[in-house]
Amino acid sequence: MTDAVHKTSLFVQNDSTKRRNAAEKRFRLFGKAAITVGLLMLVVLTYTIVSKGTGAFQQTFITLQVELLESKLDKKGNRDIEEMKKVSTFGYAPLLKTAIETTVAAAGIETSLKSKDMAQILSDSAAAQLRDRVLADPLLIGQTVEFRLLTNSWIDGYLKGRVTRESIANNKNVSVEQLDLVDALVAQGIVEKSFNLSFITGSDASDKRPEAAGIGVAMIGSFAMMMVVLALSLPIGVAASIYLEEFAPKNWFTDVIEVNIANLAAVPSIVFGILGLAIFINTMHLPQSAPLVGGLVLTLMTLPTIIISTRAALKAVPPSIRSAALGLGASKMQSVFHHVLPLAAPGILTGTIIGLAQALGETAPLLLIGMIGYIATNMPETVSDALLAPNSVMPAQIYEWAKRADPAFYERAWGGIIILLVFLITMNTLAVILRRRFERRW
Amino acid sequence: MTSAKTKITASQVNVHYGDAHAIKDVNVEITPNTVTAFIGPSGCGKSTFLRCLNRMNDTIDICRVTGQILLDGEDIYDPKVDPVQLRAKVGMVFQKPNPFPKSIYDNIAYGPRIHGLAKSKADLDEIVESALRRAAIWDEVKDRLSAPGTGLSGGQQQRICIARAIATQPEVLLMDEPCSALDPIATAQVEELIDELRANYCVVIVTHSMQQAARVSQKTAFFHLGSLVEYDDTTKIFTNPKDPRTESYITGRIG
Amino acid sequence: MNSNQHIRSAFDRDLDRVQAKMLKMGGLVEAAILDAAKSFETNDIDLANDVRARDKAIDALEAEINEDVTRIIALQAPAASDLRTLLSILKVSANLERIGDYAKNMAKRTNVLLQMPMIENSPAALRNLSREVQLMLKDALDAYVRRDTDMAHDVISRDTDVDELYNSLFREFLTYMMEDPRNITACMHLHFIAKNIERMGHHVTSIAEQVVFLVTGEMPAEPRDKADQTSTNVNLSKG
Repeated sequence: MTDAVHKTSLFVQNDSTKRRNAAEKRFRLFGKAAITVGLLMLVVLTYTIVSKGTGAFQQTFITLQVELLESKLDKKGNRDIEEMKKVSTFGYAPLLKTAIETTVAAAGIETSLKSKDMAQILSDSAAAQLRDRVLADPLLIGQTVEFRLLTNSWIDGYLKGRVTRESIANNKNVSVEQLDLVDALVAQGIVEKSFNLSFITGSDASDKRPEAAGIGVAMIGSFAMMMVVLALSLPIGVAASIYLEEFAPKNWFTDVIEVNIANLAAVPSIVFGILGLAIFINTMHLPQSAPLVGGLVLTLMTLPTIIISTRAALKAVPPSIRSAALGLGASKMQSVFHHVLPLAAPGILTGTIIGLAQALGETAPLLLIGMIGYIATNMPETVSDALLAPNSVMPAQIYEWAKRADPAFYERAWGGIIILLVFLITMNTLAVILRRRFERRW
Repeated sequence: MTSAKTKITASQVNVHYGDAHAIKDVNVEITPNTVTAFIGPSGCGKSTFLRCLNRMNDTIDICRVTGQILLDGEDIYDPKVDPVQLRAKVGMVFQKPNPFPKSIYDNIAYGPRIHGLAKSKADLDEIVESALRRAAIWDEVKDRLSAPGTGLSGGQQQRICIARAIATQPEVLLMDEPCSALDPIATAQVEELIDELRANYCVVIVTHSMQQAARVSQKTAFFHLGSLVEYDDTTKIFTNPKDPRTESYITGRIG
Repeated sequence: MNSNQHIRSAFDRDLDRVQAKMLKMGGLVEAAILDAAKSFETNDIDLANDVRARDKAIDALEAEINEDVTRIIALQAPAASDLRTLLSILKVSANLERIGDYAKNMAKRTNVLLQMPMIENSPAALRNLSREVQLMLKDALDAYVRRDTDMAHDVISRDTDVDELYNSLFREFLTYMMEDPRNITACMHLHFIAKNIERMGHHVTSIAEQVVFLVTGEMPAEPRDKADQTSTNVNLSKG
């Protein structure tokens, strides 16, 4: 008994199935296209950053034999540090002139430059470098010591391809002859590009000496600030969260608090900067530009993030665990601290690290408390120094460099971005690893 | 035939969830060293009443309990009574096995630790071993006490939870549908354990399976819509109940 | 006995207890059969009265067994072999109670017969018959304990012998009655006793059938051979 009209074969797709399949196909294509676009942009971004920034990690050095004449450096001859300090960098400059002249002659290079012009290829900080070394080790006076000195940023730019003979046509700082001299010196191995550790560890330098600029001090500033944020926002945020989630009575008042916390997370970060200025600097008279103040401001900014992620982590702990603990006769506190918190720890940790990573990259709130625009030149000596002495942070430093006219600084800005990104990627990877490790136990 | 003394005496107990009247005027006497079963259809209030016996209902804000519940003659809802201390005396096992994600040893040791029942590590070891033995699971886990409690089968996990509950040396053991998440063999093992436990504890078990109540208990209380309809010896309830509502439920004539 | 224990030992204990009661009842019934026959043979009124009194204990046990089985079925919801065990215990105890009643009746009639002249050989014949039945009962109960279907089938077949013995007794009593009408009363009583013993045999066969049901789940297929022709064969009544 068959009803031929209604009987359909499974092998033939009906219209609605066809439509559905087509829609799904389209959706999948969109998804793939979106991912491709995203990946493409990522590739372009990475390539740009890396190609522009790696240059900052290399610097041009010149190796010179410098004769440390006692007659110039220690006239009295008794190696007294206080006396020797009286000789400023100006006093060391002639030594450099002599040294480079000697080196050029010894290398058999012919040039029409005078020694003063030859010495110009050195960085302005070369003399200071010499002086620091001598003051650290006065016994060197009288000897001929080999120094590896920075060249100025134009020479550096020349070796990196930024500067060409055409581009320096009107430039007073560098001449074609100097470039020829440099070529010759490079051929002899006296001048070379090599890895510049002081970019990472050194302090910022003035406008005229981009070759000596480093991000090290700003890194310390960032680090000190991160420590302040961590030390304050983690306990406060977690405690507030635990209270709100486990202990607070469920009434309209706590609802209001929760709504406000959620809103705080969306407040533009510069508002926190104004708040910081008004309270921490004007009312409490904390030192301006200090990482401590920066840390306090960013704590306010990070707290909502930590509170929200901690609450989510606490909520994710199944109520059966709490029941089990309570059923055994544990008090509310005991059940929260012995059982709920350890289980929520991975989520809390992840939220904290993400919050910290966000704070690391913040610049706007620090604007108003003075950490932007500050030239970070002095490496902090002690912990209190690190917290209270004026300093800058990495994103601020990058901004500073990007502002300056010299293209050498521009290159350093990209280098700084690379370092900042490495930090952020490390922190986020740490967050992922920690989360995976703890999640497996549960 | 009633026991010379009762362990728990509930008089005129009423429970309100906000406006809803969940338990209505319940009077019941639980005898020591017996297994008492609470049966009834879904939503009849048996779990709610069970949770009154160890004041777990305190954790729910909108829940209000009136009436008197005496444990060994003392009213457990007296303001002087700390629920935390009460719950050491009245242990609870839940429907879904919920061992802590710690080692088996730490699971069992947690209760004694927070109540200060062990003076030394050796003491604690002994308490843990004795609890595991009484829960009939010592032989299966004695070689892996530091393994996580969550790595066992369902039946074993539930027995660990029972061991955990009896480690605090309670006098009463409340069980809220302890076998509903277990397969028949694990269920039979847990029921055998419950039978052994009644030598030392007073057990009150809520179950939605009448057959389980028939197998395991000596006295049965039938709850319906918040009231205690009938409370008698299990044999009597299942062979010749007095109340027609009980008869309907037992024979499967109403939902 | 089952080689596997139930996970819940309470169930095992319940089953063992009720089975033990049944076997105890069986023992009492066996004793009742033998004592009833003995009391007739040895003219022991006291023994006869004792047998009658002991029937109360047998009836009480049957009531207890009924109650226990009801309780176990209500509370434990037994299945498969457990269920068959309990149902067979019910049937076996009912059969035992009937056998016990027949033994009591035998003892009752002994009272009467002692006031009448003895028919020769009747005590011996009846003793043999009842001994035969008692042995059948013993074997049936053993077969139950051992769950031995072969033994059960053997018991069932032996009922034929009992029936034939009864047939010959029937003819004998007829002969006596035709010889001397004063024997009729005595022979009627004797005949009732013999009939009771024959019926006991049928109940024992029922017990054996329950053993087969318990082990295999089905009652024995072959219909019981009813060798008793007294109700069908007219020729038996002719000398």
